[in-house]
Amino acid sequence: MPLQFSAKPGLVAYITVGDPDLATTHNIAIAAIDAGADVLELGVPFSDPLADGPVIQRASERAVKNGTRLHDVLALAATLRTERPAVGLVIFTYYNPVLRFGLENFCDAAEQAGIDGVLITDMIVEEAVEYLAAARRHHLAPIFLAAPTSPDDRLERIAAASQGFVYAISRTGITGAQKSLTSDAEQLVRRLRRFTKLPIAVGFGISSPEQFAAVGEFADAAVIGSALVATIEQAGPKHAASSIARFIQGLRGAIKEPAVPAR
Amino acid sequence: MAAATANRLAGRFGPYGGRYVPETLVAALDELEHAYAEAQADPDFHLKLDSLLRDYAGRPTPLYFASRLTEALGGAKIYLKREDLLHTGAHKINNCLGQALLAVRMGKKRIIAETGAGQHGVASATVCALFGLDCVVYMGEEDMRRQELNVYRMKMLGAEVRGVSSGSRTLKDAINEAMRDWVTNVRTTHYLLGSVLGAHPYPTMVRDFHRVISREARAQILEKENRLPTAIIACVGGGSNAIGAFYEFIPDKEVRLIGVEAGGRGSQLGEHAARFSGGSPGVLQGTYSYVLQDDNGQIALTHSVSAGLDYASIGPEHAALHDSGRAEYTSASDAEALEATLRLARTEGIIPALESAHAVAECIRLAPALSPRDILIVNVSGRGDKDMGILTRELHLGN
Ligand SMILES: Cc1ncc(COP(=O)(O)O)c(C=O)c1O
Repeated sequence: MPLQFSAKPGLVAYITVGDPDLATTHNIAIAAIDAGADVLELGVPFSDPLADGPVIQRASERAVKNGTRLHDVLALAATLRTERPAVGLVIFTYYNPVLRFGLENFCDAAEQAGIDGVLITDMIVEEAVEYLAAARRHHLAPIFLAAPTSPDDRLERIAAASQGFVYAISRTGITGAQKSLTSDAEQLVRRLRRFTKLPIAVGFGISSPEQFAAVGEFADAAVIGSALVATIEQAGPKHAASSIARFIQGLRGAIKEPAVPAR
Repeated sequence: MAAATANRLAGRFGPYGGRYVPETLVAALDELEHAYAEAQADPDFHLKLDSLLRDYAGRPTPLYFASRLTEALGGAKIYLKREDLLHTGAHKINNCLGQALLAVRMGKKRIIAETGAGQHGVASATVCALFGLDCVVYMGEEDMRRQELNVYRMKMLGAEVRGVSSGSRTLKDAINEAMRDWVTNVRTTHYLLGSVLGAHPYPTMVRDFHRVISREARAQILEKENRLPTAIIACVGGGSNAIGAFYEFIPDKEVRLIGVEAGGRGSQLGEHAARFSGGSPGVLQGTYSYVLQDDNGQIALTHSVSAGLDYASIGPEHAALHDSGRAEYTSASDAEALEATLRLARTEGIIPALESAHAVAECIRLAPALSPRDILIVNVSGRGDKDMGILTRELHLGN
């Protein structure tokens, strides 16, 4: 499974598929991979993204409006898998589109498309019995979110249920940029580390090269989401891919030491 | 995973319910579940709540024999359960008093709520004033426009009303925004959810706070008629007044339980909020239940003349009652609800909320076919003052 991070910190890039349109998303994805993203989170647009801030809400709304479906996300993934065999591919979604597709059908189709992992925003470990079984049958890594509010016993269960990596939410809140990283993130990673040897990726609100480098001091990878989606929004369809390439190169530029292999 | 399995079962109604939320909220839901269980076992909590319900809210509410409506329809004997007479004008205060006491027990000083018709927002603002808590109410801009009076009432009571401009700018969008606030401020804030919706423990807890409706109604009808009613009729938005009106009658198998959804202005997706005729099981805003959605799992837009019924999902316990057949669900159109409002006003001198008017509309359809031996209880969940703008326009009262 290529859910691996080649440099420290590893870079997980989130994009909302279908924003502004599928063809542009394809170009953006390729640009992000070639600029150094280790893992791509392909966001499935949803009408009611209640864990997202305004930037991803707007992207999701645009993608829903132009008719982007879970089918399209899977088809894009299959293309990317052929074109860039080494990249990690994760489907990032709310649960309802998956339920509607059928949990088993979805896992089957995701496996066929060459997806490595799945992250369902509104799925917690207690509700995940069927999901975990289906993911196991189809060799998909289930990735769960860990929050600063999760007590240790939950972190233990989250770590045990996750594969590929564990996603640590940097703060209480929705997705979106923030000026400074709170101490929540580092504390959470330290607590989580006691329960898992999996890589830990920190996400929510990381937007600057400085923050990216800071996360590298205590975590294995950083997830960049809203900052990429905002860049796409500002650049417009024609310049989106090149802007994303420049943005990601800028993040990597902030890492001064030579890249070291992830453990 | 034994603990996880037990947890999972606690919030399930058949296959429905559960807890589909971002991880950040789970600790707060657990805290609420524990606080609620402790309160349930604490006689002092019940004493406090009962005395507030009696002396502040005005319980018990009357079970009123609507003799003129009965006569006009020429069939079943009709009783009205008068939740409209409660302080703030709707059943919503039952739940708000309960949850406010819990918030105080948990030491949370900031309350957030969503509102559609504004009745839950007003009841939330009211209990926050009463307990000295900060109150922010999320309300879709479309609902702020059509339920304007309630916006001013909330402000008068000291609440901050935040307009929501996403989606169809109605109840569902207000809940999304409230959940975003909660996820951000979860350590200091209690989310006072206004119906039997959302993640466990809300559907169970909110239902329990409204059970008093059927507890009273059952005792009242036995006292007045010495027998149980043929049917209980209630409107169903999220389903809180309906589950409250049904609950104590569930073991009485001979009593029909009839929920009335918003039929809106047509049967196409987007034109109504009849989840059982137009929806299918799915997850929305924390719970697994019937949802109006398209083939790709995107949540559909809804329409109803009544803001309180204009919502794409329905409480999970209703989904279970629907599937088991213990309760029946039907719908009334915008036009039928408006007509029923006028009818009740002119025959009984009671102006119901447009939500409640959907239940009255079903009673008007059903009663003539029944015999005078039959008894119908209609839950009048709220009063219609908030709807005077819509009623004036739709019924041409300005002329
Ligand atoms: C008077 C009244 N009845 C009914 C409802 C619908 O909610 P529920 O189905 O939870 O009772 C509302 C909601 O705003 C209301 O104000």
